[in-house]
Amino acid sequence: MKAIVTVIGKDTVGIIAHVCAVLAENGVNVLDISQTVMREYFTMIMLVDTAGCKVDFAALADILRRNGQARGLDVRIQREDIFEAMHRI
Amino acid sequence: MITTNEILETIDMISQQHLDIRTVTMGISLRDCGHPDLKTCCGKIYDKITRCAERLVQTGEDIEREFGIPIVNKRVSVTPVAIACESCETEDFVPFAVTLDRAAEAVGVNFIGGFSALVQKGFTTGDRRLIDAIPEALAATKRVCSSVNVGSTRAGINMDAVALMGRVVKRTAELTKGQGCAKLVVFCNAVEDNPFMAGAFHGVGEPECVINVGVSGPGVVHHALQKCKGEPFHVVAETVKKTAFRVTRMGELVAQEASRRLGVPFGIVDLSLAPTPAVGDSVADILEEMGLESVGAPGTTAALALLNDAVKKGGVMASSNVGGLSGAFIPVSEDAGMIRAAAAGRLTIEKLEAMTCVCSVGLDMIALPGDTTAETVSAIIADEAAIGMINQKTTAVRVIPVPGLAVGDTVDFGGLLGSAPVMAVNPASAKLFIERGGRIPAPINSLKN
Repeated sequence: MKAIVTVIGKDTVGIIAHVCAVLAENGVNVLDISQTVMREYFTMIMLVDTAGCKVDFAALADILRRNGQARGLDVRIQREDIFEAMHRI
Repeated sequence: MITTNEILETIDMISQQHLDIRTVTMGISLRDCGHPDLKTCCGKIYDKITRCAERLVQTGEDIEREFGIPIVNKRVSVTPVAIACESCETEDFVPFAVTLDRAAEAVGVNFIGGFSALVQKGFTTGDRRLIDAIPEALAATKRVCSSVNVGSTRAGINMDAVALMGRVVKRTAELTKGQGCAKLVVFCNAVEDNPFMAGAFHGVGEPECVINVGVSGPGVVHHALQKCKGEPFHVVAETVKKTAFRVTRMGELVAQEASRRLGVPFGIVDLSLAPTPAVGDSVADILEEMGLESVGAPGTTAALALLNDAVKKGGVMASSNVGGLSGAFIPVSEDAGMIRAAAAGRLTIEKLEAMTCVCSVGLDMIALPGDTTAETVSAIIADEAAIGMINQKTTAVRVIPVPGLAVGDTVDFGGLLGSAPVMAVNPASAKLFIERGGRIPAPINSLKN
């Protein structure tokens, strides 16, 4: 299943490495990354594939959220379908 | 791939603008639960609801986590109890409400709708028994919602039922300090697939079990309109349409997903703008964004007409099945902007009545002085039913004559139901009008002026 990970927060060194490490630990494959710093805020969008994920989706979302919180980041994972539905006819 | 901006826009809608799925409501038929013996009948009802809705809450929460979109309420609606339980040899219908309440608690839903009767043309024995039981039923339960349909465009208005419901509303208020009235709706042209409480019930033309979804998003529409300040109305309408499309697509996605996981057919998406008392989740704010100093000002009805129509136009393209009430809700106690305007004396019952001509649904969550007579409540119901009957639309009355309170006082209902300032009612009497009884005949459907 494809999902979108969004990471938003104050820019610090090593955010991408940190988030990628958490995803790798849980068997999630990263397909695409786009990242920018907008108004001092670090914003990263990742397209990931959770087919090989070792934990269920809710647990993964929780792990990402808690890991993000520890670094002052808002990290979400959502199924790609919701964005497709809202923005494409 | 979806662009960064689109993704951030969606996340902003959810985290900042209160975008959510307001309710996933499972409709369950109780037509096979009738039995002459009360205990057996209640047992069948309890078993059927708990069996069908066993996984409803869990499934809703799973979808919530996977899509990252809040589903605020999971609810159940059932066949009008007056129909489902008519064959039971009991005069007291309160035990059926208690059974519904127990079943709702067991499956973890916060409201269950369907303690209802459809009496637009007349009463059956079961209808009478159910209506007589409403005040006590609402006093004895926490989660049960009740509704009565007293009129329709095809049947006219049953004025005996209107008179009776005025007394039922008053009695319910007395038994529950007003709180029970928040769970009691009097309809004209009630719809059979409405997922929103307190007026939800599972109509007789509906399948065995069905999933209906109600979307919301006044905050999202308000935010979108902030970007078109000073623009002409066609730009406003276009902006509302586009926003409603997005919101509804999300509702459709959740509805299809819930239907698939539960193995229950998908019914409809109800594309209503349902406000909550939270700041930034208000229909009144949208109307004020269009240029009104306060909701209730001259121009409010026109603004609401545009909003209601544009929401529908955007929504119908986004979903394969649109139904329910579909429109903008204007419940006073559940909308921070409406509360503000009512408390300041800028929004009156008469203006709200005019607004109900162009939106869904009716005079909703309005606190009235405790000394409002049953006849006056009935007359308010009659006026609202007349608007629905003539305009071929659903209208409803959910008013709360709060015992002991007067104009200027405030009553708190808690949670999503919010709080309401007690509003002034025209003191002139309608007693002799209501005492006539009988039926207002169905209206002519041509010669429209």
